[in-house]
Amino acid sequence: MTANDSRGQPETAAPAIELKGISKAFGPVQANKDISIRVMPGTIHGIIGENGAGKSTLMSILYGFYKADAGEIFIAGRKANITDSQAAIAAGIGMVFQHFKLVENFTVLENIILGAEDGWKLRPSLNKARKSLVELAKDYGLNVEPDALVQDIGVGMQQRVEILKALYRQADILILDEPTGVLTPAEADQLFRILGRLRSEGKTIILITHKLREIMEITDTVSVMRRGEMTATVQTAETSPAELAELMVGRKVLLRVDKTPATPGEVVLDVKNLKVVDDKGVERLRGINLNVRAGEVLGIAGVAGNGQSELLEVLGGYQDGTGEVRVNGQLIDLTGKKSDGQSRRARGIAHVPEDRQREGLIMEYQAWENTAFGYHRDPAYKSGILMDNAAIRADTAEKMERFDVRPPNPRLEAKNFSGGNQQKLVLAREIERNPDLLLIGQPTRGVDIGAIEFIHQQIVALRDQGKAILLVSVELEEILALSDRIAVMFDGKIMGERLPDQTDEKELGLLMAGITDTDRDHSVEEVEANLAHAGGDTSKEV
Amino acid sequence: MDVMPKWAEVILVPLISLLLAAALSALVILAIGEDPVAAVKMMVTGALGSTYGWGYTLYYATNFMFTGLAVAIAFHARLFNIGGEGQAMLGGLGVALACLYIPWPHWSLALIGAAVMAGLFGAVWAAIPAWLQAKRGSHIVITTIMFNFIAAALLNYVLVNLLRPRGQMDPATARFPEATNLPTLHELLAPLGIEFSKSAPANVSFLVAVAACFVLWVLIWRTRLGYEIRAYGHSESAAKYAGISPVRITMIAMIISGALAGMMAINNVMGEAERLVLNSTEGAGFIGIAVALMGRSHPLGVFFSAILFGFLYQGGAELALWTSIPRELIVVIQALVILFTGALDNMVRMPLERFFLMVRTPPKPERKPVEPAE
Repeated sequence: MTANDSRGQPETAAPAIELKGISKAFGPVQANKDISIRVMPGTIHGIIGENGAGKSTLMSILYGFYKADAGEIFIAGRKANITDSQAAIAAGIGMVFQHFKLVENFTVLENIILGAEDGWKLRPSLNKARKSLVELAKDYGLNVEPDALVQDIGVGMQQRVEILKALYRQADILILDEPTGVLTPAEADQLFRILGRLRSEGKTIILITHKLREIMEITDTVSVMRRGEMTATVQTAETSPAELAELMVGRKVLLRVDKTPATPGEVVLDVKNLKVVDDKGVERLRGINLNVRAGEVLGIAGVAGNGQSELLEVLGGYQDGTGEVRVNGQLIDLTGKKSDGQSRRARGIAHVPEDRQREGLIMEYQAWENTAFGYHRDPAYKSGILMDNAAIRADTAEKMERFDVRPPNPRLEAKNFSGGNQQKLVLAREIERNPDLLLIGQPTRGVDIGAIEFIHQQIVALRDQGKAILLVSVELEEILALSDRIAVMFDGKIMGERLPDQTDEKELGLLMAGITDTDRDHSVEEVEANLAHAGGDTSKEV
Repeated sequence: MDVMPKWAEVILVPLISLLLAAALSALVILAIGEDPVAAVKMMVTGALGSTYGWGYTLYYATNFMFTGLAVAIAFHARLFNIGGEGQAMLGGLGVALACLYIPWPHWSLALIGAAVMAGLFGAVWAAIPAWLQAKRGSHIVITTIMFNFIAAALLNYVLVNLLRPRGQMDPATARFPEATNLPTLHELLAPLGIEFSKSAPANVSFLVAVAACFVLWVLIWRTRLGYEIRAYGHSESAAKYAGISPVRITMIAMIISGALAGMMAINNVMGEAERLVLNSTEGAGFIGIAVALMGRSHPLGVFFSAILFGFLYQGGAELALWTSIPRELIVVIQALVILFTGALDNMVRMPLERFFLMVRTPPKPERKPVEPAE
């Protein structure tokens, strides 16, 4: 009972949520240290911080997944004892997770009542839910089709179902964890409009994000977390992105990438009519045509799941495809024995995959073993019939130093590095091979701001050395900052190419939704209908 | 951050599991009115108190080393080979054919030839389920266990109808020729001036098994193939990215696994029985699973846990022989060891992890480390 912070003076209304002195440690790691926040009802409160700053831990405590070591939680002025998520729901807290917790082959309505059924008969619950769904739609502008299967609706819609689930359970406090990660800019705008409406109806919203832009756009107050501590809580109107970034990282950061205009040379990668059909028979790439020249970055923008992953996979050699792909003028195999990661590397193609934890690294392998990963048949790593582990370790130590991987210990397992340092390990491995073509997917996903700056500099430096770079990212800002040309993918096709200084997020956003006549004004509904039609997210079609 | 120091992970966890199993076994022995202390004494003297006892313990341990290594290498590729029993049976067939139909001049050549045949037969028997898994997606746990039954039936047919000498009632092959008989530890150690029991079955295969442990260690941790096998076992998606073919690794890992299981036959068929009989494997293929689990799929761990299980086997046999503790109870005790060291591993691990956390950060009473949620 150590409420260290006792500004007990009563205000006009009790805060919707008040945390006092919350601490939580996982072994030697202090995930949350003496954290106090108060969020007034009818406001949107942002929590911003780098990966591993303790945001998710804090919210997990609030939602009853973890028990805090110390500290108290007050809901609407009353001390709450949140032991599990049931208690959190009973206290009026609703949570929208980054990865939706929906049953894909259930309807929207069935998903909404899941876990909140009254009695053993389903029908009355469904009828009741249908009625309140109509009311919720009227009150908050949350329109959904109750009888649509979740797998058939777009990602933005699915997120709306998650919000409805929370509201149906009478949540007064909504926590959203990185809600815009999977949305197009248009969908994100729509989400923010909904959040604004919820706020004006008196709901309290906590928005967890690492995107400064969102904080500035929608929140009333913002708390910054760094290394488990709350470094500041400020009024959004009185701060700036640069100040917030500095509070997050603890030093001044460059928010934009410094680069000179590109000087493109020969065509390195030439792709003609590339098609990929997945195991379910769905065409994921429908005839892609593109090229990347030496000394330029081609950025591929698009909502996740529109074929970018397949494009990287087929170029990286672990997905079969048809069509013509030339590297330095030479045709490469897209199927069969000569089409795998090893032969691609032999052709001078390096690949930083989208998901470093699933593909780029073996999390149980030590850093040095990961440095050899994919290049483990390199003669330099061989002595006799054995692997020359000492040589690999020495090589790793050098690479870790050049790429500032911390801690610089080649014997540490990959899972023990932070996201940014894991990514630097992968980048060091691929870039130091001096490739002609670098495929790079989501280079800064889950990477802290300090590391983002470093990674962006490396990409630009590689370009300036005259290498061709194919960049795939769902972060439009990143695409705009790094690319010399931008191609937008939608539903397995390239919708168009733009130059970064002659386009903006709005135009790209429409292209990402499959709308090519970008001069006209488009309603959000139109964009959504288009996205839902294309399946929106990965592997929803059968 | 790893929660426990390495030594605790490797030594303390199995040791505590073992003590728990022993304690529970003692209760069971008490419950049927026998004296657990006397029983333990009898097991220890029976299995380790004489060179005769050691001879049997090491004989059993040799079997378990081969089958344990077989399960371990497959584990590294995240393949669960339950078919060690059937692969060892087929290995026996390979040994029998090699010994009966090739006139070997000396036991050493016979050993090499028989080991190759045993490995080959075991490998082929494992390669079929491996191919079905790699190409057709049939789960290897199901197919390998089915193949145990097929192997038993096949061996039955071959022994009864093809290899049984005319006029013999016993479904077994003829005795192997003298030249193929392997030297026992008695004969091997005599020149060194060490007196070893003459009648115990431990033979030169034990040394082959120890060599196999070492070779497998090199393979897993020092070669590119081992690197690829472990990579595939940790993450199939990452292996694909790196250009490591899942089909190739599945086939190779299972072929090595089957070959090791098959090679067990040089011990029990060639070294001990000197002919092929029905059910010559006596469940060693299944014990191999427990051995690999307890040994954490590390060849050195497999070596020690194989010797432990050899001790349990031999000690258990002594117990059944000299006390009124029924044979079935010995199986219960062995099962308890398997249960505690293999299946209930987390039961010991979690409190230990908590303990080590507490030691490391003294002031904080800690819960178990959970990954922070997304």
